[in-house]
Amino acid sequence: MFGWEFPPHISGGLGTASYGLTRGLATIDDMEIIFVVPKAYGDEDQSMMRLIGAGDVPVTKKKLKFESNKKEFEYIEVNSRIAPYVDPEEFWKLTREETTDKVKYVQTNIEGRVAFSGKYGPDLLQEIYNYSVVASMIADENEFDLIHAHDWLTYPAGIAAKEASGKPLVIHVHATDFDRSGGNVNPDVYNIEKRGMDAADKIITVSKLTQRTVIEKYGIDPSKVITVYNAVEPLKEALSEQKESNLPEKIVTFLGRITLQKGPEYFIEAADMVLKKMKNVRFVMAGSGDMMKKMVNLAASKKIMDKFHFTGFLKGDEVFRMLQMSDVYIMPSVSEPFGISPLEAMQSNVPVIISNQSGVAEILTYAVKVDYWDIEAMADAIYGLLNYNGAHEFFKQYGREEVENLKWENAAQNVKDVYDSVL
Amino acid sequence: MKTVCLYFQVHQPLRLKKYRFFNIGQDHYYYDDFSNETILQKVAANCYLPTNKLLLELIRKFDGKFKLAFSISGVALDQFDVYAPEVIASFQELANTGHVEFLAETNAHSLASLANTDEFLSQIKLHDAKIQKYFNQKPTVFRNTELIYSDDIGSVIADLGYQAMLTEGAKHVLGWKSPNFLYTNAINPRLKLLLKNFKLSDDIAFRFSDKTWNEWPLTAEKFAGWINELPPDEEIVNLFMDYETFGEHQWEETGIFDFLKALPEVMLKGGKVRFDTPSGILKTHQPVSAIHVPYPISWADEERDLTAWLGNPIQDEAFEKLYGLSEKMKLIKDEQLQKDWQYLQASDHLYYMCTKLFSDGDVHSYFTPYESPYDAFINYMNVLSDFILRLKAALPTSDHQNEINLLNDKLNEQKLLLEKYKKEVHLLKQKSNAATKRTSSAVKKKLTRKTPTRKKSDSGKK
Repeated sequence: MFGWEFPPHISGGLGTASYGLTRGLATIDDMEIIFVVPKAYGDEDQSMMRLIGAGDVPVTKKKLKFESNKKEFEYIEVNSRIAPYVDPEEFWKLTREETTDKVKYVQTNIEGRVAFSGKYGPDLLQEIYNYSVVASMIADENEFDLIHAHDWLTYPAGIAAKEASGKPLVIHVHATDFDRSGGNVNPDVYNIEKRGMDAADKIITVSKLTQRTVIEKYGIDPSKVITVYNAVEPLKEALSEQKESNLPEKIVTFLGRITLQKGPEYFIEAADMVLKKMKNVRFVMAGSGDMMKKMVNLAASKKIMDKFHFTGFLKGDEVFRMLQMSDVYIMPSVSEPFGISPLEAMQSNVPVIISNQSGVAEILTYAVKVDYWDIEAMADAIYGLLNYNGAHEFFKQYGREEVENLKWENAAQNVKDVYDSVL
Repeated sequence: MKTVCLYFQVHQPLRLKKYRFFNIGQDHYYYDDFSNETILQKVAANCYLPTNKLLLELIRKFDGKFKLAFSISGVALDQFDVYAPEVIASFQELANTGHVEFLAETNAHSLASLANTDEFLSQIKLHDAKIQKYFNQKPTVFRNTELIYSDDIGSVIADLGYQAMLTEGAKHVLGWKSPNFLYTNAINPRLKLLLKNFKLSDDIAFRFSDKTWNEWPLTAEKFAGWINELPPDEEIVNLFMDYETFGEHQWEETGIFDFLKALPEVMLKGGKVRFDTPSGILKTHQPVSAIHVPYPISWADEERDLTAWLGNPIQDEAFEKLYGLSEKMKLIKDEQLQKDWQYLQASDHLYYMCTKLFSDGDVHSYFTPYESPYDAFINYMNVLSDFILRLKAALPTSDHQNEINLLNDKLNEQKLLLEKYKKEVHLLKQKSNAATKRTSSAVKKKLTRKTPTRKKSDSGKK
């Protein structure tokens, strides 16, 4: 299985999904999994660059155990700078920011910095290529029956492994570039995605929405594309029903990357409308992203910044804490292939508002669904959930019950069926 | 004869700590003690202490011929008090020479002059009290935060009784006029204006160590030469700058201290130049005309306007939300809230939110503790949100209670008045008693004296 995120080093829903699915698959009896992860977190910049530049990627293996069933699977790391959810421009920015930080830290001169970051523009495709080289290496060294690749950066690796081994390839589409870019598709990314889909024996999409995109926008044979919905990890500890907040006001939370895909501006517009009707509420936009500055400016020019807060990127338990403080969770995504985060909110006893343009809307009954552009409906839903206790309780209680039935074990069984169809 | 007026601004921002959304409602301490203390002590060691020492030597050496003026913001004084009391002591030594004038300004280094006149006045009062307490001087000349000035601000200051104000000799205001004269406010001509000669001031403050500058290196002789070359009728040269120029913005290694050390001697040598303080200049010079400044000017950035602090959406939002609280703050007695209210008004917070990244981006990023203006804004608004919650909790809860409070205040006032009147009545009574005694005795005397004369005249007539 080729992925690029594994907890705790995750930056979005993809890592969570990969982990959940792997855990689910591990419960199936005759299944062994090798998980390949390019790792960009916590590693030293220089060593990574050198190693990749030499085309000689060190591969380390370590054994991981899932507590639930004591079954072992192998977890292989590949040193790389690949990060999820990026297009080449973003990747360039990301690496550039990282080096800027580095420069700041070691106090080197300006020339050093420029020379360092300049090399990253063309490096992305190189990295994907490197990753696929490693993939064929791993394919040679290991015994397996099937290749499963998660999202576009690993498709070339999947293809390479298929070519090296002749085994069937299943690709898992967690998102397409149509979702990420809002329509301005990057042709390079599209090509990689298209090649992966063409080469795949079966394609798993995370929702009907994504399935349609794959069939219509990438021209894929509909019989090859199957939808398997994501699920959610059960919480480790039981939650108290009481929300924990130091603030007298009710809290409405948006939690996610602040990018075009997530529709942050609709949240601000709706917040502005709600604040005109009631004062006893605060809005929180938790996360970071390329539209953050624009959103801060927007909220400031709406003159609501005393009631609208930006937290920046939240780490592990801060996400949990944020949910504990919240009264309503909102995901106004413009285009969301699935969207696991509302499920996590529902687990934490928080009623959710989701956009019809999200995959998760296809399976949820006890969530308020609105069109992402319909800020009036959104404001209405927020106001209702905050002010009508009955509605709040209803969504809170039934929502939690609903989400408790979404198990990775079931999703894994569906994935297994897909495997069986190609073996 | 030319008069050089040296004026130095002393200010250190009180930096906010990283204050996250989760802190709101829970954590009511907003300041980054560690960086405030370390930076203050660093600047004290690099600039305040050595420069004060040097100035003290120079003042003693030239015995009355070398004079200068300071203004120290209340925020800086508060920090000296806590972190570096020796700095205050060294300023007091300078004050004791009698050749150093301390000017009035806003206590919080705030933009209150642009937002709320009441708040502006109360801050001036606060600052005045601090200057009297520390330096035993009653300021007669005012300098607003960042030399911000407009006709209206000048007129407010004139009404307070200040004789003069300092501001920028901004080109777009002066036009063809020279900053090297005394001017007056356009509304109230009793208020005189001293305008900064920004060319000569910035030669020291900004360009001194700039090796790409064609006049580098700048020596005291060269600088004195420029002053002597000014047209003979131009009387005053106002050199206004941040005090931190010496040793902090321009490091000791650039030779800034040698420059300062040599300056008075070189300038005074020909006998054509004298030093004076702002209030001294008011006694020896006459204003030449009024200056019209309908829109506020300042000494910051290329534009010499307010765009370093106000103008972009995030700055405007922070500014409006902050000063939206002014009226409520009048009802608050809580000391800590009042203190935080002062510190949150410091213009520095808005300065960090500046998004102009062209000519002055360097200057802004040199001073800011934040990674971006947006970080600064978000952090500030989080702090302000907590402050607003505290303010709400401390406010009288209902109109009813509010009214009671107001009535109580009135009662107290009247009590005070009554006592005052009682005393006055008492005094008057005493006086009148004494007076009646005196008059009655005087009348008696007069009468006794007059009776014979009358008799005389009577007899004369007869």
